[in-house]
This record gives sequence, C-alpha cells and structure tokens, in this order.
Amino acid sequence: MADSRFVGQNIFGTQSTSRSKNRYPPWRYIVSLLVVVVAGLYALPNLFPPDYAIQIQTDNKKNSAGEPFNIGSGFIGQVVETIESNDVSVKAQEQIGEGALIRFHSEIERDQAKLLLEDWLNPEGQDRQFVVALNLADTTPKWVQSIGGRPMTLGLDLAGGIHFVLQVDMDTAIKNQMTDESEKVLDRLRAARIRYLPGQDVVTGQSITISFADAEVRDRAMSTLSEHYGLPDYELAKTQTLENPAVRLSITTARIKEMEDLAIEQNLEGLRNRVNELNVSEPLVQRLGRNRIVVDLPGVQDSSEAKRILDKFATLEFRLAAKPGDRPSELERFEYRGRMVEIQKEIIVEGKNVINATPGRDEHGLPQVNFTLDRPGGDRMHDVTKDNVDHDMAILFIEQKPIVTSEMVDGVRVESTRIEEERRLISVANIDSALSYNSRITGLSVRESKDLALFLRAGALAAPMYFVEERTVGASLGEENIQRGFTAVVIGFLLVLAFMLVYYKVFGFVANVALTLNLIIVIAVMSSIGATLTLPGIAGMVLTVGMAVDANVLIFSRIREELKVSKPWVAIPAGYDRAFRTILDANLTTLFVALILLFLGSGPIAGFAVTLSIGIVTSMFTAIFVSRGIVHLIYGRPNVEKVWI
Amino acid sequence: MNIDFMSKRVYALSASAVLFVASVVSLVVMNLEWGLDFTGGVLVEIGFDEAKDPGEVRVLVQEAGYQNAIVQNIGSERDIVIRVPPVEGVDQSVVGDEIYAMLAQNYSGTELLKSDYVGPAVGEDLTQQGALALLVALLLVMVYIMFRFTGKFALGAVFALVHDIVIVAGVFSIMRWTFDLPELAALLAVIGYSLNDTIVVSDRIRENFRAVKRGTSMDVINYSLNQTLGRTLVTSLTTLLVLLALLIAGGEQLFGFAIALTIGVIVGTYSSIYVAASSLLLLGIKSQELALPEKEGATATRS
Repeated sequence: MADSRFVGQNIFGTQSTSRSKNRYPPWRYIVSLLVVVVAGLYALPNLFPPDYAIQIQTDNKKNSAGEPFNIGSGFIGQVVETIESNDVSVKAQEQIGEGALIRFHSEIERDQAKLLLEDWLNPEGQDRQFVVALNLADTTPKWVQSIGGRPMTLGLDLAGGIHFVLQVDMDTAIKNQMTDESEKVLDRLRAARIRYLPGQDVVTGQSITISFADAEVRDRAMSTLSEHYGLPDYELAKTQTLENPAVRLSITTARIKEMEDLAIEQNLEGLRNRVNELNVSEPLVQRLGRNRIVVDLPGVQDSSEAKRILDKFATLEFRLAAKPGDRPSELERFEYRGRMVEIQKEIIVEGKNVINATPGRDEHGLPQVNFTLDRPGGDRMHDVTKDNVDHDMAILFIEQKPIVTSEMVDGVRVESTRIEEERRLISVANIDSALSYNSRITGLSVRESKDLALFLRAGALAAPMYFVEERTVGASLGEENIQRGFTAVVIGFLLVLAFMLVYYKVFGFVANVALTLNLIIVIAVMSSIGATLTLPGIAGMVLTVGMAVDANVLIFSRIREELKVSKPWVAIPAGYDRAFRTILDANLTTLFVALILLFLGSGPIAGFAVTLSIGIVTSMFTAIFVSRGIVHLIYGRPNVEKVWI
Repeated sequence: MNIDFMSKRVYALSASAVLFVASVVSLVVMNLEWGLDFTGGVLVEIGFDEAKDPGEVRVLVQEAGYQNAIVQNIGSERDIVIRVPPVEGVDQSVVGDEIYAMLAQNYSGTELLKSDYVGPAVGEDLTQQGALALLVALLLVMVYIMFRFTGKFALGAVFALVHDIVIVAGVFSIMRWTFDLPELAALLAVIGYSLNDTIVVSDRIRENFRAVKRGTSMDVINYSLNQTLGRTLVTSLTTLLVLLALLIAGGEQLFGFAIALTIGVIVGTYSSIYVAASSLLLLGIKSQELALPEKEGATATRS
C-alpha cells in the first residue's frame, strides 16, 4: 500500500493527488467559509429571546361612521400613555397590519399591562371592543429579517395549545346526494312513462338500483336515463336484481373526490375565517390528506370553548325583493352597495339546498356565477321564479360570529362567548327566466363573481365534519418539554464532544468544529424553511449529533489505517478519499429511510424525519468539506511527521 | 486487533435465533401494548398541587360514567394520567373536556397538562401508514443495495434489518412498554441506523474481496470486520451517548422513543457484524461475483 498512488475522485469532481503536491483547492475554503457565515446568519434569530408582548386588534369597536375602528398611531400612543401612567414601562410599540403590538421588558410588566388594558379597552358587561392577546414578539434585528431570517416556530408540544383534526363525513354526504338523485331519477322515469317496480328501496351505498318488470322496459329506462347521466360523474349499467332486470346508477370515484374536495374547501374557508376571529397568534388551518383538516391553535387552552366556536359558520337565504303591495310587516331592509333594499321575509331556498357554486364565464365571455341546487331547492326555486320573471331576487348571507363579553366575577375578569348572527346582502339580481336546479347570476365583475361564489359555497351546507383527533398541551407541559429537550441536546452534545476529543485528539477537535457547525446549519435550515420544531424534532436533532459523528469516524479510522503504512501527507487525503464512497452509500440509504418517514408519517414522525433528513445532508457536507479543510490547514504541509489522531 | 468473528457465528446466530423466536412468540401471543395513537381513545394528564392517590381519582372518574378508565400516576405523585379506551360507536371527542372539568370542580389547584383524543379512524390510518412505511423502507433499501452491491448483500442487509426490528418490537412486547407514534419513528430510525452500519461493513467486505485474492471468504470477511470494528464501536458509542442524554433528560414524553433507539442501536451494531456478514457466508459469497467491471476501473479509488 505504501508505494501506490492515491487518486481520489469525489462528488465535487476535483481530484486530489497526494504525495508531492498536496493541495486543497482554495474555492473549497471559500465555500466552507460562505456556508459558515450564511448558516450563522440564519441561525442567529434563534439566539434573540423574544419580547413579552401584547397584541391589540379591533373586535366590535366602531368608529363614528359605524365602521370597524382602525387602529392607528394615535390610538397606539394613547395605549402606551395609559400603560405608562400606571408605572409600567413599555419597551417598544408598533403597528402590525390592522393591529398594535406593544413590547415589554418583562413578563410581569406585560401581565400587569394586560390587566390594565382589559379594564380600559373592554368595559365589563359590554361586547368586547378589542381583542387583547398575549404574545411573544420576535426580536430578530431588522437587517437579519430583511434577508429572511426568523427564529424556528415552536410546535404545539413545546408552545402549548390545541391541535384538532376534523374529518369530512363523506358517507353521509354521499348518501344524501344519492337519495336526492334517486328522487330525480324516479321523476324522470315517471315523466317518460316508464314503469318501475313499486316499493323498492333504491339507494344502497354509492349506487341506485331500480328494477323493472321486463328487459324491454329496462332498456327504455336505460336510454332515457343515459340522456341525463353519464361519465365523468355517474356510471349507468344494466344489472339484475333477484328476479328482475334492473338499471344501476352509481356515482364515480372521480365525482366523490370532487365532492370531497368541495367539502374540504368549503370547510377550510369557514374554519380560516373562524380561526382568524379567535385571534390566535400564528394559527394553522390546513388540509390533511384526502378528507381531513388540521387546525392548530397555539396558546389556546380551553378546548371545549374552541370547539364550540369552530362549529358552525354561515348560511344563505334566497328571497324575493319587495313587490308593490307587500305589507311592511312582511319586509326587511338591508343595505346593498350603498343603498337600502327591501326584501321579503319569506325564504325561497336556504344554504343547505345549495350544492355547489363556481365562478365562470357566459357565452360572451362575461363573468358569472353558476350555482347548483338540490332537488327540493331546485323545485321550489322553479315554482317561485316562474311567476316572478323580471323581478329582483336577493341572496342574504348569514354569518355566525362569536362575540366575547367580559364581566367581573369575585374580582376576576371572566370572558364569555356567545354566537351572534350577522346578516348582509351579497347579491340582488334580476330574474331573467324561470330558474331551476342549475342557475347562474350574471352582470358581475370578475372579482365579484369570485367573491359571490365564495360566499355561496361558504353558506352552503358542507358535508358535515366531525372531530377525529384532538390534542391539548398545557402551557406548563410545553415549557417543561422545551427545558427537557434543550437539556438533552446540551448533554448529548457535550458528551460527544468530550469523547471525540479524548479519542481522536487533534482530529477530534476538528470533528467537534464540524459537529458544532453541523448543528448550526441544521438550525439555520430549519429556521429559514419555516419548519416547526417539535419534541420529536429535538430528538431528531440529538440523534443527528450522534450520527453526524459517523462520517468523521469513518474518515479518521481510515486515516489511522493508512498511517500504519504511509506518511501523513499521503495518509490523510487517502483517508478522506477512500472513506467518501462509504459515507455516500451509508448516508444515502439512511436518507431514503428518513424521506420515507417524512412522506408517510404525520405529526411526531414527520417532525423527527425533517430534522433527521436535514441533519444527514449537512453532516456529509461538514465532514467532507469543512473538516477536511481544517485538517489540511493543520497538517497540510509536506514535512509533517507526527499526527495526533 | 484480530478477532475471529466468523468462527463463532454458530453461537451468535443461535443467540439471535433464540431472541428472534422469543420476540415473534411474544408479539404473536401478547401483541404490542399499542398506545393511544393506534388504538384511539382518550388520554388526559392532570397536574395537582399536592400528591394525589390514583385510587381516589379513579372512583370519581368511574362515578362520572367512565367505568373502564385507567387511572395512574405519571412522572411524579402529583401528576395523574387517565386513559379511557375507545368505545364502539361513541363519540369520545368531549370525554377529555368532561373529565378535566369534573376534576377541576372537585379539586382546587388542578392544571390540564395534556389531553389527547384520537378517533378510531385515525388510529386505523396510522397503523396502515406505519406498516406501509416499514415495508416501503425495507423494499427501497433492498433495491438500492442490490443496485450498489449485489443481491446477496441486499438479502444479508434485509435479514439484519428484519432481525433488528423484530427484536426491538419484541422487547417492547415482553416489557409491556407502550408502543406509540414516536416509538414507530424510532423503529424506522433503527432501520436507518442499522443499515448505515451494515453498509459500512459490506463496503469494506466488497473492497477486500476485490483486493485480497488469497484466503477463504471467511478470512476476508473476518479481516473486513476487524478493520471496521473500531469505527462501528465508536459510532455506536457516540450514538448511545446522545441517547443516554435523551433517556436522562428527555422525560416521560421521549422515554419510549429513546429506549427503542437504544435497543435498536445495540442490536443493530451486533447484527451488522453477525447477521449481515454471516448471511453472506451462508449465501456462499465468492470474490468472483464482486470483480470490478472494466468500465468502473477508471474511477476506482486504487489505480
């Protein structure tokens, strides 16, 4: 081995030939240094402890014109003045979006200020005027923020809060849809004078089966129905019940998926609006897989209250505009685009009758909204509109808004929530012709058509959702978890550093530098991609520390072997080069496993997999790139005889 | 250092076989102590301001209508965990709220530490996802090794992986430790870890088969194992060090995860030596199988 020449070729394409010329390309130092600086920058925000802060947002406070009160610098100034006149010092204040953020020097001062502000802003017994929420404010310097630097977000298991998973009840939704459809089918058969066998229960699961006396009648039914039903939504097939020829109409999986998507979208919209009103800092409302929605509410503790608020959102009412001769007691007045519109109290169709609404274009390319009603809704709509052509019809949007009030009970401020209806007109349009199951509203701008479709969908009865998972983590447990996680990282890290130093001496020191850098890069990557840090994530980080050692160990044991037969300036590059293939193989396969975890896992598994995957990639970089550079700096000269390894 | 690993493989493999069979028997007979994530149900952790007798709380919980609730201390004497198993056809999403509200009424100074509800549908999905993840991981690993090494290496690696997973799960089954999502993550991480070890060893075996033309397959494997032994031990040791930190400082929440990995690392280190390498012998590996194709010669590390 001593007299062979080592030509290492590695992933970066450069060859390092050792013996006489033992050079380490300068660009590698530059890249290493660059990575150190960039990683340091992006990891930096995590070092700044956040400020204790209070966030103020308008709830029911109106300005003199009756519009929602706008928080401005004048108002913020008053708030700060009020706090400081009570001997609580304010660190800083700023306007963020439509709210105010007041920062304090300590948690005690913040909590004092919160009590003061509650009393001052929200007089007891009244509807809540402002939402006064406790918050932790980021203290990352502006220049770091300007390059996208931000601290890692803490998961619910660390920050405390509630995690909900809701699932669309598709079975019920499909059953309703099919029951509805079956009546339409029977109607059509009756209209075409095709006799089906009476008294049958036609709906089973996802299909409708109708039997006939003989095959000839069945074939006629088939051809009649095929005019109305077909792919991609329905499948029509001939079949046989016990004794009779029959027709089976089944809903396709494509259509079910469409219904699911619609239901999810509708519920997402509703939930987002609701969660925003809860005014939680950094809430998360997200689709999960095919038919579920995740709602994360950091900092919230009362799950029964949260569930109540998330329960019901909005509905719709289609009503006729006032007609001459209507008695005032039969009418209601609503504002619509700056004017008052009188509409009848009688409801034609409700939100639960609306199946779908989409923005689209008419034959002239003008924006419109298409909406679909269910059978009873469509029938009723037809009956009413056929007698009222050229008359106006209005759509009333009724939203259930949570209203918070507070009162003093035994000297403690207690907040309670009630649900209040807010009603407003979202459309007043002329009836061109008799409407039916499928109708459209024209004469809108593109924006209006989108908004209106959104409202119609939000007010329609979505497939019901139910809670399938709920996890509440108390604030104190969250803090304990952070503490424990942090301690584990520190202890584990120190143990490894000490061991490496003792076992590999100078090289151990180099490995430790690489390991430290590795941890910084992992934190930097997680911060900059906005990954959430969870307890399993911390475990992943700890494990990464243990495993990141491996690449270094592989290299060092190779170097030790090579040193038995060759001089240091030969052995060191040889060790690096020959270990490279092994490191690549070993890490790639581990990365596979981590990625599988990431894609198939959810919750704790995903949190763990994210840190593990990032750690594997960065540890390869630091071991091969950085540690080699440092070793070269120390032992790069050709006259080195003794190596401390 | 020159340890004759392979001559002792009969003993090692017998030991492995005993452990493996014991694990399988335990898994079949007693199954795993599946946690809430997989079974569904309700778990509430409540902190009291003084030591609390679980028996006393149990009476209250049972009077509130949860007859089959399990009430225990957790972590300290002041913390109580209440588990309510899933009930067919009953919506349990409010059970946690109800139990906490009831206890808060009966005792002052209670604090809700944690409340979990997992519906049966979620549990079923997680079980399927977990099984799928395990299978996909094993399959992909096998394909990758087949591509990078040979079929025999792939088989040896998969033997080792299955060996590790079954034994870790077996220990959980025998010890009646709760097996939840974090433990599943640990099990998958064990695959990654053990694989890492196996590949390093295999890599060296392949290299030596190509370089050392003399000697029996057994000699070559022994030689390779000795060469990699230092690295194998150091890496396992550092990983065990950080796991020790997790076990000491991580608390209740991470205990299962850390212990699963600890067992996995120990078994995985052993299996990369004995299971993966002995399988190669068992499968009759020959140096000719690993001869370098001409084309690759140019990029090999040795010229």
